[in-house]
Amino acid sequence: MTRTPPARPARKRNQRSRLASTALHAGLAVAAVLAVFPPLWLLVTSFKPKNDAFSTSLVTHFTFANYTHVLADTEFLTWFKNSVIIVGLTTVLGVFLAATTGYAVSRFRFPGMRPLMWLLLITQMFPVAVLIVPLYNLLASLGLLNQPAGLVITYLTIAVPFCAWMMKGFFDTIPVEIDEAGRVDGLNPFGTFWRLVLPLARPGLAVTGFYTFVTAWAEVAYASAFMTGEENLTLAGGLQTFVNQYTNDWGSMTAAAVIIAVPAALVFAFAQRHLVAGLTAGTTKG
Amino acid sequence: MVAPVVLVIGVIIGYPLVRGVFLSLTDANEANVERNIGVNHLPATYKFTGLDNYRAVLSDGVFWDRLGWTVLWTVACVSLTFLVGLTLANMLNRTLRGRTFYRLALILPWAIPAFISVFTWRMLYNEKSGILNKLLAGGGIDAVPWLNDPTWAKLSVIAVNVWLGVPFMLVALLGGLQSIPGELYEAAEMDGASAWQRFRHITVPGLRAVSSTVILLSTIWTFNMFPVIFLLTRGGPGDATEILVTYAYRLSFLDSPRNFSESAAWGVLILVLLSVVAVVYRRALRKQGEVW
Repeated sequence: MTRTPPARPARKRNQRSRLASTALHAGLAVAAVLAVFPPLWLLVTSFKPKNDAFSTSLVTHFTFANYTHVLADTEFLTWFKNSVIIVGLTTVLGVFLAATTGYAVSRFRFPGMRPLMWLLLITQMFPVAVLIVPLYNLLASLGLLNQPAGLVITYLTIAVPFCAWMMKGFFDTIPVEIDEAGRVDGLNPFGTFWRLVLPLARPGLAVTGFYTFVTAWAEVAYASAFMTGEENLTLAGGLQTFVNQYTNDWGSMTAAAVIIAVPAALVFAFAQRHLVAGLTAGTTKG
Repeated sequence: MVAPVVLVIGVIIGYPLVRGVFLSLTDANEANVERNIGVNHLPATYKFTGLDNYRAVLSDGVFWDRLGWTVLWTVACVSLTFLVGLTLANMLNRTLRGRTFYRLALILPWAIPAFISVFTWRMLYNEKSGILNKLLAGGGIDAVPWLNDPTWAKLSVIAVNVWLGVPFMLVALLGGLQSIPGELYEAAEMDGASAWQRFRHITVPGLRAVSSTVILLSTIWTFNMFPVIFLLTRGGPGDATEILVTYAYRLSFLDSPRNFSESAAWGVLILVLLSVVAVVYRRALRKQGEVW
């Protein structure tokens, strides 16, 4: 946490009583414990020997065995690599597409614009079930099943519409005069966009980048359906192999889960100070 | 500059959508779609059957059962998430010590990929040796079959989804609260308005724009929430927690033979339902004078 929004000045006439203050802290503390406990327990469990996975005590025999097992004896690193490639490509392409679309919708008036805005929002409603079979057939006929490119295309269909919608909200907050100044100085529309507007929309880019990353990093349905064979799985698919009908390797599961959660949490920490601004810009000015 | 983008979106969304609608009007399944077996290429042999799939789905009790639970699931999740989020946002929007700490702790669930959290909850819910039941045992209470009893399983999946959804609500509503000018509260206080009156007449209207959007988004997301159900219970026990989306997924990827056409028909029905919800919701907002 680097920047908290400025707190409203304390109201003097209405100072909280000690009781109210205690209740406030107690309520928040309970909520915080409920929020933090599951991930914390996951972390604790990952340092326990396999047989202790379900003991209620904190770590009694601290061990890295789960981690070394996951890293050395399973396909985990392959899954990790697959995920990084897929998610990286998705994020870069997704942010670029969302930014250009958002800018176009924000600045240009063209026939079919309102329907396009609606379309962007409505795609949020497309259930996995409508798209998954056609996409499956489509990818199969293009030979893209079990290929990273297949999942990248799929994830773009999920992330780009919503991100474009959020980016429009951001671009709407940037004065049009900046574009006009760029135009006067002889920049073409793309130059104006790339050199003037985009740098100003950096918080928006952070938010959409974060959203795209998280969407792709945590996607389960498509990843489970399109990728088969141990060496092609992504992290979401791979994790399922540790705990399913047949095996119950909670030790490996917890260690793998911690390793998967860390990059996501880091990206989150990086983007979170823009989240409030990003979400409200995107959602209220849509 | 618009053209390529529209084109890309058209291709990556339009094509699968049109094709999905088309499939829902055929009798396509695993056995008759175009496929390659070894070096042999088998052409598609499914045929157009018009609205037969829809007739079959709508006259079958399964669809209505699943729809009932999906609606209950959505309403329960969204209202609980919103209430908890609103309460916590109001608590956080005050000067108090440890604010940053509380805020960080409360949005932590958002920072962790959902499927990781869901697996973690599966571990906590474990009937024989999960920590929840161990704690209950410590208090002398019998083990609860969190995921193995239809009713408990329903409560459990709702609890997990609320846990996952609160941070988003919290952050959005906190942003909304901070955009309400403090002077309004000061003026109201001068006029002797009680805390409840201030909440009712300043906070609620001030949050309307943000809350109407997050409620709609959250409704759509919850309605289609695949990972929570699929990873926590696989729709079980039986089909107690199966929502429309997971059922449609089961039809085309878990059942054998895979029934592509019926699954597509379910998908189209889900889309129609959500579109109706969105349109009605928007109209209701407009009637209240909302410009959104």
